[in-house]
Amino acid sequence: MTPVVVVGAGPVGLALAIDLAQRGVPVRVLDDGTPDSTEGSRAICWSRRTLAILHRLGCAEAIAAHGVQWNTGRVFFGDHEVYAFDLTGDASQRWPAFVNLQQYEVERELQRRAAELPLVDLRWRHRVAGVTPGADGVHLDVHTPDGPRSFAAPWVVACDGARSPVRGMLGLEREGQVFRDRFLIADIRMEQPFPAERWFWFDPPFHRHQSALLHKQADNVWRLDFQLGYDADPERERAPDAIAARVRAMLGADVRYTLVWASVYTFACRRMARFRHGRVLFAGDAAHVVSPFGARGANSGIEDADNLGWKLAAVVQGHAPEPLLDSYDVERVRAADENILQSTRSTDFITPKSPVSRVYRDAVLALARHHPFARALVNSGRLSVPAVLDDSPLNTPAPGASFAADAPAPGSVAPDVVLPGGGALHDRLGARFALLLFAADGDAAATAIAARLAPAVERAGTGCDIVVVNDAVVARRYGASPGTCYLVRPDRHICARWPAVDPDAILQALLRAHAAGVHA
Amino acid sequence: MSALITSPHLAAPDAFYAALIDAHRGLDAAGSAALNASLVLLLANHVGDAAVLDEALAAARSAALAAGPAS
Ligand SMILES: Cc1cc2nc3c(=O)[nH]c(=O)nc-3n(C[C@H](O)[C@H](O)[C@H](O)COP(=O)(O)OP(=O)(O)OC[C@H]3O[C@@H](n4cnc5c(N)ncnc54)[C@H](O)[C@@H]3O)c2cc1C
Repeated sequence: MTPVVVVGAGPVGLALAIDLAQRGVPVRVLDDGTPDSTEGSRAICWSRRTLAILHRLGCAEAIAAHGVQWNTGRVFFGDHEVYAFDLTGDASQRWPAFVNLQQYEVERELQRRAAELPLVDLRWRHRVAGVTPGADGVHLDVHTPDGPRSFAAPWVVACDGARSPVRGMLGLEREGQVFRDRFLIADIRMEQPFPAERWFWFDPPFHRHQSALLHKQADNVWRLDFQLGYDADPERERAPDAIAARVRAMLGADVRYTLVWASVYTFACRRMARFRHGRVLFAGDAAHVVSPFGARGANSGIEDADNLGWKLAAVVQGHAPEPLLDSYDVERVRAADENILQSTRSTDFITPKSPVSRVYRDAVLALARHHPFARALVNSGRLSVPAVLDDSPLNTPAPGASFAADAPAPGSVAPDVVLPGGGALHDRLGARFALLLFAADGDAAATAIAARLAPAVERAGTGCDIVVVNDAVVARRYGASPGTCYLVRPDRHICARWPAVDPDAILQALLRAHAAGVHA
Repeated sequence: MSALITSPHLAAPDAFYAALIDAHRGLDAAGSAALNASLVLLLANHVGDAAVLDEALAAARSAALAAGPAS
């Protein structure tokens, strides 16, 4: 029997299926649509963290090459620029802050990769119509082109999108806030020399009292986004001539373009109370939704898949006990709350809910022109950053261990570092856990320690590779000196660190990170 | 222990008060609201300390509630 069924072949379901298959877990993916049935461009901004994950899944190169790389955002108030931000980060970064690419292109690349993996059994036109959870597995009733069929699997992951029929069939709810405002997305194709930057306007002359956004996608497609107010009529706003009036007001009366996709949307920030319900797990939009400002929807869904993949594989393959899956719930609920918080704050700034909120918003924007402090308050969307799992039960806290304040702490993603001689640190990490053991160049003692540790950590859970690191750039980034150790999970989050090698502590931390054998 | 200074701290209270009112000269209600908001933001940044700001927010809110709704 196939151990895992994934419902939904959107970006999240496909990423998860690829990850599971790469780990040797057979996975069946059921989707009610067809490979090209995605409606419109939808998500366009893919974060550095997502690119790192997609790289591990064998998809990042094509996406980065096809997409538009950008690091800079500009914010305008009225007809003045008030603020610009640069997300480039330090010089050791491997991926740009963001790559913009239409969601269907990303899905196409994920589909291509999935097709390379014999362990992925992807079935289109398969609509899940019934879900019956049991103690040992889940039974699915599925409508297929050949009539009704049933599938059973020990584990089901619902990646079936914001309306999640699986969630509905299990009678589960989401809680949160629905925002009373409407926005128009108009994706247009045009030749324009504008730079590949995120431009966001508050109250621009061409769209008074509302906000607007301009952002480049691949193949000369541009995302235009107009705030409309809650009273706007979606039907009327979607009409091509209404859109044409807005596009000309923004870009000039003589602008030449073709309309690629238009959509009038409202949004909500909400999540399910828990993402694990026995043998059914929820990921992506099925589990949580946010406003689009900040590009946190699709990116957080990819992070869900990244968090769940290794855990589900470890449980299915008998390397870890089932409670490891509860850590998926704890960690990704926490991440969803962070995304919802950020997204709600951005939304409150962009669409003030009360007269006084509007007064303060406009005061911030007016001050920002001349006073740097106010620029920090301007919130046109805080763009997706990786979750920091700093209170995860899988982490081993190390009270008193002395590390520089800017060294990466347990819970954060282990920084990738581009190496002067070519390649990057993450290239040395495999599919399993990794112990980064810092050593001086040509350090024979470190090699001996590594050899002594290897058999013990090999037997713990999914096993652990020992990676001896003697590159100065990496040591600097990690605040490390010879003997420093970092334990890195398969999803590249750090779960423990030590200033000196402590074999027993390393073994205990590795077991804890598998939710296994922790002695109280 | 209170972080917010609520004992007299202004060297020339009457002069400050006059300057505050004078800053609103010629402004309509919306203009005054905008000025007040800018002033709060400038001073908040100057203070910086989150504990002081939290106390100030709480003190201002209880003063507003004590004054009661205008109904
Ligand atoms: C109009 C619109 C605009 C958006 N714009 C942005 C944006 O600008 N930026 C951004 O970050 N995000 C945006 N998003 C959100 C982003 O697209 C989602 O966060 C992302 O698609 C989530 O991926 P997912 O895989 O969880 O779900 P989805 O991409 O929704 O995939 C779910 C899949 O499940 C399948 N499915 C559903 N029901 C069943 C069933 N019963 N049986 C089998 N299969 C089923 C569907 O066919 C679909 O393929 C937008 C979304 C919409 C709808």
